[in-house]
Amino acid sequence: MALSLREYRARIKSTESMKKITRAMELIAASRIIKAQQRAQAAAPYARELTRAVSAVATFSNVDHPLTREEENPQRAAVLIVTSDRGLAGAYSASVLKEAERLSERLREEGKEIDFYICGRKGEAFYKFRQRPVVRSWTGFSDQPSYDVAAEVGEALIESFLKEQGEEGDVDEVHVVYTRFVSMLTQEPTATRLLPLEVVEAADDDTPSDADLLPLYEFEPSPEAVLDGLLPQYVQSRIFFCLLQAAASELAARQKAMKSATDNADELIKKYTRIANQARQAGITQEISEIVGGVNALADANASHE
Amino acid sequence: MASSDTGLQVELVAADRTVWSGEASMVIARTVEGDVGVLRGHAPLLSLLTDAVVEISAPEGVVVAAVDGGFLSVAGDRVSVLSEHAVLSEEIDVDNARTELDEARGLPTSDEAEQRIRRAEARIRAVEKAR
Repeated sequence: MALSLREYRARIKSTESMKKITRAMELIAASRIIKAQQRAQAAAPYARELTRAVSAVATFSNVDHPLTREEENPQRAAVLIVTSDRGLAGAYSASVLKEAERLSERLREEGKEIDFYICGRKGEAFYKFRQRPVVRSWTGFSDQPSYDVAAEVGEALIESFLKEQGEEGDVDEVHVVYTRFVSMLTQEPTATRLLPLEVVEAADDDTPSDADLLPLYEFEPSPEAVLDGLLPQYVQSRIFFCLLQAAASELAARQKAMKSATDNADELIKKYTRIANQARQAGITQEISEIVGGVNALADANASHE
Repeated sequence: MASSDTGLQVELVAADRTVWSGEASMVIARTVEGDVGVLRGHAPLLSLLTDAVVEISAPEGVVVAAVDGGFLSVAGDRVSVLSEHAVLSEEIDVDNARTELDEARGLPTSDEAEQRIRRAEARIRAVEKAR
């Protein structure tokens, strides 16, 4: 018994209060996930209608738009990394950053230079610590992103995408690395290319039915103008979607991490309680044997006197 | 054109929520080309909106909302109004909109100031119309 009973008691107490904290965080994360999912659901109609509209314009007019145009010789790529603001979410931020590293490795192999754009304090800290340049970063909203933030991010990315090649800050491709919310148990870090847009890919997900999609639209004022208005919003809504997914994933990761922390604390408390009991019992046993020893010694002394 | 018997299926959608949805007999919105009214059987249309008021004539009364740009799509008696920010007239804080209008008018003239003026005006107009 290296430590006294009192010290074990103190340890149990501190572990217990730690457990209370992690348990509270687990519950908070759990309740926020539901909200995050509701928010994602509330944003779905907008994304759906936008996708329909974009695919309608794309189907009925052969408009070439700067946002869908592939650069012939891409030299720079922008990578938007969506991480969390706070830690205590297990490997959440680390796995996004790892995925981003993989993507940048691939892009570098293709001979492209990379501009980093970052959402979330954890990513920012990661790049700052390694002294890597970051073009822009946004923080302070990772667990409940608003559309305004997505719009701001989208605007910045579109602006640098639309610059001519050779201009300062120009990029020819925009990639997003975020964590896809698959289920409460699995969240998958994913890298997708955002720009140039591939409208075809978007048309096949959840369009209601072909009959709904085919009306011959009149475009006002012109297909070009409509597309011009639609595409930036489409990009922003895609970014918003990524941020919402990332927020739900972050909360799920935090809930999981906090759950295992709580379980660990439970284990520790159990272990310490056993050791403390053992120490207490050892103390009692020692006391008894000392008393018994003392009594025996006294009795022996008395016996030898008589 | 038989997607519904009574009229149009209308959805007013903002980026983060569905603001209003239901059946209506008519939708009036302001596109970049001018006001457009949509009744049953309107030809499929996709149009850009300006910062203005959208009126939806629903059975339970006229629903008025202010939108910040966005667009209108009409297809087969389904009307969707999409806008990054859309607010119903009941949700608008008039005093807030008025102070914002004054504030925006005080700014040096720029595209942004003009946009803010237009948005604030659209909000105030929406409230006035709903009265």
